[in-house]
Amino acid sequence: MTRREPADPPASAQPALLARGTLADRGELLGGLMLAPALAYVALLAGIPFLLAIALSFSDATAGSLRFGWAGLRNYAAILSDPVFRRALWNTIVVTVGSQALVIVLATAAAQVFRASFPGKRVARFVLLLPWAVPVSLAAIAWEWIFDSTFSVINWTLKAAGLLHGWLYWLGEPTLALLAVIIVQAWRIFPFATVIVLAGLTSIPREILEAATVDGAGFWRRLFQIELPLLLPVTSVAVLFGTVYTATDLGVVYVLTGGGPANSTHVLPTLAFQRGILGADLGQGAAIAVFLLPLLLVVAILMLRLARHTEVGVR
Amino acid sequence: MASVEIRNLRKKFGSVWAVDGVDLTIRDGEFLVLLGPSGCGKTTLLRSIAGLERPSAGEILIGGQRVDEDVPPRHRGIAMVFQSYALYPHRTVFENIAFPLRAAHAPRRNIEEKVRWAAGVFGISAYLDRYPRQLSGGERQRVALCRALVRDPKVLLLDEPLANLDAKLRNTARDELKRFQRQIGTTTVYVTHDQIEAMGLGDRVAIMDRGKVRQLGTPQRVYEDPDDTFVATFVGQPPMNLLRLCDGAGPPGTLLGFRPEHFLPRAVLRAAEDARSFRFHVRRVEYLGSDRYLYGTLPDQCDPSPTFIAKLPANIGTPVLEGEAYEFAVPVRALCYFDSTSGLRRRG
Repeated sequence: MTRREPADPPASAQPALLARGTLADRGELLGGLMLAPALAYVALLAGIPFLLAIALSFSDATAGSLRFGWAGLRNYAAILSDPVFRRALWNTIVVTVGSQALVIVLATAAAQVFRASFPGKRVARFVLLLPWAVPVSLAAIAWEWIFDSTFSVINWTLKAAGLLHGWLYWLGEPTLALLAVIIVQAWRIFPFATVIVLAGLTSIPREILEAATVDGAGFWRRLFQIELPLLLPVTSVAVLFGTVYTATDLGVVYVLTGGGPANSTHVLPTLAFQRGILGADLGQGAAIAVFLLPLLLVVAILMLRLARHTEVGVR
Repeated sequence: MASVEIRNLRKKFGSVWAVDGVDLTIRDGEFLVLLGPSGCGKTTLLRSIAGLERPSAGEILIGGQRVDEDVPPRHRGIAMVFQSYALYPHRTVFENIAFPLRAAHAPRRNIEEKVRWAAGVFGISAYLDRYPRQLSGGERQRVALCRALVRDPKVLLLDEPLANLDAKLRNTARDELKRFQRQIGTTTVYVTHDQIEAMGLGDRVAIMDRGKVRQLGTPQRVYEDPDDTFVATFVGQPPMNLLRLCDGAGPPGTLLGFRPEHFLPRAVLRAAEDARSFRFHVRRVEYLGSDRYLYGTLPDQCDPSPTFIAKLPANIGTPVLEGEAYEFAVPVRALCYFDSTSGLRRRG
């Protein structure tokens, strides 16, 4: 006879039903739900207008009529042969590249300053961030005074210092006006870039900079061979943001020069606004606005690729 | 190569004296270890020598020349290895090692040659094209050492360079480090809180506490002949036993110190050995393979509560049971006397 196994425990000892998971336990569903508002926002306020703009750029639509005829590439052909458009495209590139170059230098320098500790640092940091927080229109009006043909602070200062003998008509001469736009754009983006670079700087381990010091590197060698290369991923993000902000900005040029003198300082957004809204030629306005897209896309891809390539494990 | 002289060095952080009056002479070619608990000022002292901290008072001389005031790190002839190694993550091993040479404007051909030679010495020639993130901890440590030594510093400063290695690797790394130092003969200052590293590496050990050097001497000297109770209890594992003597048993306010390995069953000592006996009530026996640690009290003393530790090596097989009392003894030559108020050693 075989020995019997001990009897199973009675069925009544079955455990009570465990509590079911709640919504918070279902990551995928919860994630989708929480993302939905953001997705809706992007789709409704960026996606649809964007598709609409592309559609409009191939149409002969005008403001004030509901006609929506297919125009093919006619709008694009028209703007490409238009010297004002070509000038605006060139200006957009000049302003963007110029202001970003200025921003990199200024932000790196400012970040170095703000890394040090000095009395009044908090106040200085607040003041630094002001340009970023001030509404564009307000800031541009202030700058209009700074560049004013009669009251220009810059001119009077240069004159008082004995550096200026003639007179600079900042917003009256095409080159100076473009320079003024570059200065204001740089001024606008620079606080944001400084904060980003500063965050990047504090993420560099102190020991690495000290090692460079002990290894015999002076300030410039440390800056150019250690800090800036380690900051490259962060800086490229700042430049990417700055590029997009500047290239798509309407406000500064619109308020400062209105595209003048003689359409010489138009950038693509102001020209698109002028042609599409003020000039009521929706099709051409849309074509001008959409024209920037492939350019920015290429810039963004290059920048992100650069950031990824230089990303290095610090430890 | 050079000696380092530190005279009455003080450094204040806020209201705390991190280094509080240190006098220290590091001889030419010597391997000196700064040993102490965290916050004792050993790293601040090292960083002051490097020029990364500016002392509040006192003097530092490297090779007989004062460096504490205005000589920047790059002109002090020092090299430093950091705890994290601080390799430049965006540069290859070759570029890392070449960096100090480039900074010193060495001729290009020289750099190549020197880097390859140094990499050969440290056995990292195969990794010259790799980035630090592709190396193991031990390899990174060697790259850091190689980078430090490639331009022949007068003084090599090491800040806990083995702390980031796992225990197994640490033993071999310690051995290698000592070999490199002997081979190159550079004056070396080594900071650690690990007494095994300190004892194993140092020609001399400076034991620091609260900004002061409590004792400076060979590992043997600081272990066997401690100057005060801090050194006695900080060095040695388990630490030295300290017994407060009853009034009448010696001069008033006397602490009697003896190492756990000298606290043995009376029967183990030779009968003729001049020894001081205690009744030892064993509370717990800890078997550690090569040793047995016995934790217990001395019930016949005027304060029977403190715990004492006896360390019995495996070759002493005397059976010891928990909860029993035995006659234990310490050879008189192994006893140290300390003043209970100042903690200082009473000699003679």
